[in-house]
Amino acid sequence: MQALKHILVALATVAMMGSAFSAADQKAGASDAALLRSTADHSKFKELQRPFQSGPEVTKACLTCHTEAARQIHQTQHWKWEYVNPGTGQTLGKRHVINNFCTSVSSNYKACASCHIGYGLDDKNFDFASQENVDCLVCHDATGKYKKPSGFSGHPVTKDTEFPPGSGKIVRGIDLQAIAQKVGKTRRETCGTCHFYGGGGDAVKHGDLDSSLDRPDKALDVHMDAEGNNFTCATCHKTEGHQVPGSRYAPTAMDKGGAHIRGKADSTNPATCQACHGQAPHSMAKLNDHTDKVACQTCHIPAFARGDMPTKMSWDWSTAGKRDAKGKPLVVTNDDGHVTYNGIKGDFVLEENVRPEYMWFNGSVKYTLMGDDIDKSRQPIAINTFEGGPDDGKSMIWPVKLFRGKQPFDPVHRTLVVTHLAGEDDTAYWKNMDWEKAIAAGMAAVGKPFSGKVDFVETVAMWPITHMVAPKEKALACNECHARGGRLDKVEGIYIPGRGGNRLVDTLGWLASAAILAGVLVHGLIRFVNRKH
Amino acid sequence: MGRVYIFTRFERLWHWIQAVLIIGMLLTGFEIHGSYHLLGFEQAHRVHTMTVWAFIGLWVFAMFWHLTTGEWRQYIPTMKNIDKIVRFYAVGIFKGEPHPFKPTRERKHNPMQAQTYLGVTVVVTPLLWLSGLAYLFYNELTAAGYRIDLGTIATVHTVGAFLMLAFLIGHIYLGTTGHTPLAHFRAMFTGWDDDH
Repeated sequence: MQALKHILVALATVAMMGSAFSAADQKAGASDAALLRSTADHSKFKELQRPFQSGPEVTKACLTCHTEAARQIHQTQHWKWEYVNPGTGQTLGKRHVINNFCTSVSSNYKACASCHIGYGLDDKNFDFASQENVDCLVCHDATGKYKKPSGFSGHPVTKDTEFPPGSGKIVRGIDLQAIAQKVGKTRRETCGTCHFYGGGGDAVKHGDLDSSLDRPDKALDVHMDAEGNNFTCATCHKTEGHQVPGSRYAPTAMDKGGAHIRGKADSTNPATCQACHGQAPHSMAKLNDHTDKVACQTCHIPAFARGDMPTKMSWDWSTAGKRDAKGKPLVVTNDDGHVTYNGIKGDFVLEENVRPEYMWFNGSVKYTLMGDDIDKSRQPIAINTFEGGPDDGKSMIWPVKLFRGKQPFDPVHRTLVVTHLAGEDDTAYWKNMDWEKAIAAGMAAVGKPFSGKVDFVETVAMWPITHMVAPKEKALACNECHARGGRLDKVEGIYIPGRGGNRLVDTLGWLASAAILAGVLVHGLIRFVNRKH
Repeated sequence: MGRVYIFTRFERLWHWIQAVLIIGMLLTGFEIHGSYHLLGFEQAHRVHTMTVWAFIGLWVFAMFWHLTTGEWRQYIPTMKNIDKIVRFYAVGIFKGEPHPFKPTRERKHNPMQAQTYLGVTVVVTPLLWLSGLAYLFYNELTAAGYRIDLGTIATVHTVGAFLMLAFLIGHIYLGTTGHTPLAHFRAMFTGWDDDH
């Protein structure tokens, strides 16, 4: 330990001397600019020294040098919004799943595609082979000024535009030339542009991803700590050829491998905790004994939504439709200014610092998809189910956000439905607040039959909790789980000391002990009564 | 009137350290088991684990002592006169009859006592030790291919703990049955038995 400290001090000294020298070099040199990490200054590229009227124009310029980038993107979930799970055979991805937030991107592409890394995804006829429609800037913008407003099918707006038309609201145009000249590596903010705002707003969907991670402190996330480790998303989601590893459609629930090291070929998911920390990260041996059954996240993420931003815990669509005195959709906010009821959406429950639920999870996720039979008597219907159990040898105990919903379904065809929500047309629910029309339009968009009847069914979705890793001092203490009624009280199939042992042994043991104690006390009492002196 | 030096200094030291360790392990053990809250799970676990290593260390010394001094013979079981001992505790003690057994340097324990101590040593302690070590090194055992259910290990350990608790209650009570209630305790501190 002492030796390590000496080495660190020595290294720090050398590093400081090194930076002093390089500063001197720079002063001596012609340039006073900070040393660029990149070998290319994009502002010096003549391809980018021109005004751009649209996103695809920028992409074409990018592709003149980065010739393979678009074809790499074409292979990703980010582009395809489609993922075939090799384990279950289910076709998933945003284009196919139905969730219990806004339920489906189908028929709502103009709005939802603002989070697609492409331009012009507005219906199922989108050309997924198009190279120029790949959006480079949404991930590589270093200015923070790039925006893809809702309603434009993923296109940025370059000239001030009234939107919705006739509303008097102006969407400001952005300067794509300035943005294109400043591109760089992805940052927390660029990934967060979409991933922090899933479900229609900041912090809504995941619970462990929200804009508080733009510049988190150490207490919020020990790795992303802006003043400390300052990890970007890609530090863990280590990406090659634009293929970002780590997916909630097929997560790595158990990683039995060691830490990845340089020079050693390792094809396993680099985004797991074990990929850096290995299997025995604790100095206290007994803690390492937990790593075979308990996911790191279970102890090291004591709560989610810890960044002063509440996450949505439930959404009841069945109460939507109320209007205020002026005939506008009724909006109710809580004391913190967060909307808890919206006439076009229904009731929300928002929570901060949420204690996760815990369950066995082997990485396999089964979805309830369009057309799967919905039996209302068995509600809540699982939007998705984390599979696994104590005895399959592949499962770990994971923290999970359970998101509860009550959403429309077709009681005649017994299926979940696609609801046409966003749009300027008469059938969009957010415009006309008419379920029958909205669902008819939604189902027509995916070519599925709709009976015309609408009912509501309770649903529940599972979200793995894996971000917002707390510093070790804030990790769960033993008695959070090693206790009756503790956090893992409902997790079956595992013996947890302190949670309760064999009932029969306990009962007999305490009865026998009490009987012996009573026996000796009676014996002693008789002796006392019969004493001679 | 006799005054017999029964317990040597090592034996007394061994006894009382063992007493503290066993009571400590019972207290922390049942807390780890979830029977009550005293120190908190983490602290209870830490104390329990440290105590067990102290206990194992002490046990090594005690075994060495018993083997080299030949004192292990004290625990050779016998049924001779055991009926008299049982009758004394069931009947005689209430009538003020004298204890039928007179401890000597050669035979410190009455037959019932010796058999109980032997039972604690060859049944209860190994039960606790084996299950306890399996509990502590559960992951290493699993890694080595011994697939034993942790719940089973814990149950065996709990059974051992209840047996030890039962012994402790009886042992402490019987300690009060000397010619005065504190006579046996005094002997255990001083080494001298001044029965009669």
